[in-house]
Amino acid sequence: MNTLLEVSGVSVSFDGFKAINNLSFQIAEHELRAVIGPNGAGKTTFMDIITGKTRPDEGRVSYGDKSVSLLSLSESRIAQLGVGRKFQRPTVFEDQSVGDNLMMSLKKERGPFAVLVFRPSDKDRARVAELAEEIGLSGALDRKAGELSHGQKQWLEIGMLLAQEPRLLLVDEPAAGMTPAEREHTTDLLKAAAKTRAVVVVEHDMEFVRRLDCKVTVLHEGSVLAEGSIDHVTRNEEVIEVYLGR
Amino acid sequence: MKPNFLRALIWVLCLPAAPAWAQDADAPIQQLLQEHAKVIAKSSRKTIGPAIDALAASGLPEAKTVLERWQAKDMWYGKEDGLFVFAEKVDRKTLRIFDVSDGSEIGTVDPKTHKQLKPNSGIRGLIGAALVQFQLNDPDPAARLTALDAIERDANASHLTALRGAIENEPDDRIRARKMRLERLLTIRFGTDDAERIAAIDSFESDLGVDVRATLNPLIESRLEVAKEAPAGYDVLRVLQPGSEDLTRAAAHALLVESGFSAPVITRDDKRAALIANIRNGSVGGVQVADLNTDAARDLAYAELARAGAVDAVATAADIDAALAAHVFFERVVGAPPLVAHAALEALEAIETRVAMARTADLLLDGMSLASIYFLAAIGLAITFGVMGVINMAHGEFIMMGAYTGYVVQLLIPDYTVSILVALPLAFAVTFGAGVAMERLVIRWLYHRPLETLLATFGISIALQQIAKNIFGTQARPLTSPDWLDGSLIVNDIVSISYIRIAIFILALLFLALFLFLMNRTRLGLEVRAVTQNPRMAGSVGINPDRINMLTFGLGSGIAGIAGVAIGLYAKVTSEMGQDYIVQSFMTVVVGGVGNIWGTLVGATMVGFLQKGIEWMNPSNTLAAQTYMILFIILFIQFRPRGIIALKGRAAEA
Amino acid sequence: MTDAVLSQPSRSPFAMRHPSVLVFLVVLGLFTVAITVLSEGFGLGMISTSFVKTLGKTLCLCLVALAMDLVWGYCGILSLGHMAFFGIGGYAIGMWLMYERTRLIVVDSLAAAELPPTVQEISDGIATQIFGVVGASEFPPIWAVAHSLPLQLAAVVLVPGLLALIFGWLAFRSRVTGVYLSILTQAMTLALSLYLFQNDSGLRGNNGLSGLQNLPGLDDLPQSIVSVWFFWASALALGAGYLFCAWLVSGKFGSVIRAIRDDEARVRFLGYPVEGFKLLVFSVTAIIAGIAGALYYPQAGIINPAEIAPIASIYLAVWVAIGGRGRLYGAVIGAAFVSLLSTWFTGGQAPDLVLGPLVVQWVDWWTVLLGLSFVAVTLFAPKGIGGLFDLIADRRSPNRHGAALGPDPGALREREASE
Repeated sequence: MNTLLEVSGVSVSFDGFKAINNLSFQIAEHELRAVIGPNGAGKTTFMDIITGKTRPDEGRVSYGDKSVSLLSLSESRIAQLGVGRKFQRPTVFEDQSVGDNLMMSLKKERGPFAVLVFRPSDKDRARVAELAEEIGLSGALDRKAGELSHGQKQWLEIGMLLAQEPRLLLVDEPAAGMTPAEREHTTDLLKAAAKTRAVVVVEHDMEFVRRLDCKVTVLHEGSVLAEGSIDHVTRNEEVIEVYLGR
Repeated sequence: MKPNFLRALIWVLCLPAAPAWAQDADAPIQQLLQEHAKVIAKSSRKTIGPAIDALAASGLPEAKTVLERWQAKDMWYGKEDGLFVFAEKVDRKTLRIFDVSDGSEIGTVDPKTHKQLKPNSGIRGLIGAALVQFQLNDPDPAARLTALDAIERDANASHLTALRGAIENEPDDRIRARKMRLERLLTIRFGTDDAERIAAIDSFESDLGVDVRATLNPLIESRLEVAKEAPAGYDVLRVLQPGSEDLTRAAAHALLVESGFSAPVITRDDKRAALIANIRNGSVGGVQVADLNTDAARDLAYAELARAGAVDAVATAADIDAALAAHVFFERVVGAPPLVAHAALEALEAIETRVAMARTADLLLDGMSLASIYFLAAIGLAITFGVMGVINMAHGEFIMMGAYTGYVVQLLIPDYTVSILVALPLAFAVTFGAGVAMERLVIRWLYHRPLETLLATFGISIALQQIAKNIFGTQARPLTSPDWLDGSLIVNDIVSISYIRIAIFILALLFLALFLFLMNRTRLGLEVRAVTQNPRMAGSVGINPDRINMLTFGLGSGIAGIAGVAIGLYAKVTSEMGQDYIVQSFMTVVVGGVGNIWGTLVGATMVGFLQKGIEWMNPSNTLAAQTYMILFIILFIQFRPRGIIALKGRAAEA
Repeated sequence: MTDAVLSQPSRSPFAMRHPSVLVFLVVLGLFTVAITVLSEGFGLGMISTSFVKTLGKTLCLCLVALAMDLVWGYCGILSLGHMAFFGIGGYAIGMWLMYERTRLIVVDSLAAAELPPTVQEISDGIATQIFGVVGASEFPPIWAVAHSLPLQLAAVVLVPGLLALIFGWLAFRSRVTGVYLSILTQAMTLALSLYLFQNDSGLRGNNGLSGLQNLPGLDDLPQSIVSVWFFWASALALGAGYLFCAWLVSGKFGSVIRAIRDDEARVRFLGYPVEGFKLLVFSVTAIIAGIAGALYYPQAGIINPAEIAPIASIYLAVWVAIGGRGRLYGAVIGAAFVSLLSTWFTGGQAPDLVLGPLVVQWVDWWTVLLGLSFVAVTLFAPKGIGGLFDLIADRRSPNRHGAALGPDPGALREREASE
């Protein structure tokens, strides 16, 4: 399989503290990958670098068939290239309806003038309805996003990401604060999504990761500690030490 | 019998004057006066000179007294004998007279027998000048200094000799130094020998005194002249190009016209008048009047008139160009002999360099004092905005409240020193209270809603301003500084700084120290930092965030009040004074970097120096200086959006 | 104005889909007709010409308030510079009005001269007339196109638009947001007004431009007629502006800018170039403000730099906040209500309030009342007057205990977000 994203030798420090230290990472197209690590391992900063929020001090990040460097691009440009990101805290536009949230996320021209003259076609409406179906919010299209429950917001956000049709999906702790049933639904959504795109899931919860049944990368102090199947990494002495303490 | 009786009567009548005959008519001073009796009695400024000079140069010890009493209109002379006496009028009928040689009383006479000398102010001035040499050697140092002052004010050539004679015996070192300096200045002005003048000029090359420049400048006075060829003489100061900064083309051409080298130009109005005067049958010089609505047509008509001899020919633009190109313009020295003038020019240039350096130093001092004012105005904000993140648009009004507190205290306590000492803590108390009240009533409800805070505090700012206007009126109120803060610390003629600015600078440093101490060394500072970083966590370890926020905000506001008193001393107190500082204060905090007191210090320094620098480049216009400064800051924020001293990483996003 | 995307047919006319727009336009139309009928110039003469002017000016203020609502209420940019754009529009039209009127006077006076005047003489005559008060007699370069009405009209639109574009580009590019942006816009306004206060700014320093109420060439026309013309023009501009703003915020564009207001970073991760959107909104609203100013100042008759001072822009924010931000009619209501009330109080018409020995004279105390009521509105009624309409409509909104709708400082709190 082709490599979709390659991060190599990336370092970043805040006021002398090295958040990411010579990190290298690769993911192929249509791959599902879990990234785990203790607090402060640099998981969020890692995502920030890929999405353009943080500029690294050194290293390369290349993406796509033509190996475009993401380092000089703005967040919106990176998103337009097909990198979607889901935040830890559900961030949907609570003041607007579920339908508006999804419509805004549909893969369309993003420039201000294109948006100004945009009027949804029947096809767009159908796509929104289909997405709502997928995330289980068909009946809630006209409701304000702010009225949804925590889990529903998480799904809405996943739905918005799917509407973007990203090639690479970065998901930050999707299962946090969910009921077991909701978790199961989330696992299914992610696995389904990974059939057509690359998905990186950052998670704390080992059980959840085990259920994803995919390759796992363990981060520690800003670099990769171990990589492999969930069983492989959980047997790794270093990983155990990092997670359980000495 | 009768003639005898008459004679006896005359004798009796003359009796009171009898002691006059006892006067010493042969004393040298009397002799001298008699020599010049005619001109002295005539009392004319034009002719009196030799008499005064003779007295001054006589070397007689009593000459000084004579001159002084003459100047004081105490000198009379006998109508009959012509002898000079000092006199005091006792009453209408009695005049007590004294001998001029030793001042001893001669007796009393009828005022009719003597005539008073009434020197006019011009003569009194001449006498005063002559007296100077005596005063320069007066045993009383104060009198000697007065004499030096008099010479500095209005010197003449005669003073030079007097001064030279008075240096050697001068006992006081400082006065001697001053005498020597003055002697050299007078040498430059009145010296007869070029070499000694040049030597004196050279000795002043490092002197910044205004008097030196005032003495040197007339020496390099020059006259603009024009000639076909550049003259070679040493008296040519410089050659000027027409159209340059020092010589406009119009001025150069005017000189050519004056010297007869070129025809004059004519103003548009004169040309118009000439054309109007020559209208014949609806046309001028062959051009119809209706067509004369362009300058080209008017030039054509005028040229036609000139050809016909109806008007004088004028220079065209081409003529002017040719004339200017054919002549050389130069300045010829007229103020002094060429050698002296060149020496003066060199000395002035050397002084100019030093003046420029001193000006720079003065500018730096000005910038520093402005910076400390901005720092003082901004330090309260550095606490409320920088540390707490609360944007308080009424901060300027707290400054205003502090200033008005000072004003009210001065109304109640007339002693300025005491009133300032009372006003400072009182202003703190008043604005602390206002700040706490505002925090409790408004800001507390709007934490983490910065835009709402901004708007609500705007409302308060508008209201406070209007309340101040309603109470105190729109007129500016004075806040007078105590005597010991009046005046300036003078380094030299250019560099000086007023004590009040020094006081503000020291106050700013004190507050910096206070801030650092409070934040880094006290329990309060620790709790403040804890609350601003993580209020929930701070709450769970036993800190009461409400109380800390209230105190911190009060503290920031209180410092604004004290700043208000300081600023009020330096500027006028008006209801709008807060507005003058609020934008600059926010700029100071933002430019420096929010949340860092050193940043605020650097920001204030930058803003202060920048404003002074721009004002210096364009001194006529302080409004423009502020405009450009704000534009600069807007651009600056482009390059350092987080300010000079920026926090990075997670701390910056908190 | 969250029309549900799916449930509404797209073919029906715009106004039908947005009943509030229709209501507004009808009310504005009826109001215009009523004022015309009651005016001195065209009708019964029951309201004075000066009051017609006051109402016309109020309509212009409503228009600039609309712009402010768009940029602040919808896009979350609390600009304290829109009254500067308003003033620039006024200056741009004022330059032509003053130039043309002075030119007619000068040409008139030169017509009697023995020689026909040259272009230069006319130009000098105008310059002396206009700039005599600041001791100049030549046209500054800024007046280069003052002779041309079309070019000055273009300047009404272009100068505020370009200034906003440049300033906005600099500010948004370096991600200056929230209160920092507010302070920066305030500084820009301060710089502009300080600049205009100078005598050599080329715009007559603190004298400003005057005599703008007289239309060149129409000296014979009484002000009672002219005032109604301007009233119509203002009403037309307000109606068109309202329709335009409603169109702007109704579709996906409105969706995106409200999303930017509530969570700018999230919108960026959706792939929208946030800076471009902000820049567009900032510039477009600056242009609307410029047009409003160009209609306002001929009715006011005089413009000077004090009108541009930062405090004016703060009042603009006050109007929008009191009216209710984030809804277009709220801005209009706020501007009309507060500015008319202001006129009434400061005009000395309001009766004194007697509190025992204290007599409150409103001319002095109105500003205090306004400031404090503004604080009260911010604290207790963030929805402003517009919130009353929600009470009538009894709209339900989700209860999230007053939490912000987004992490950005410009985000609405849920109490305010109901449309």
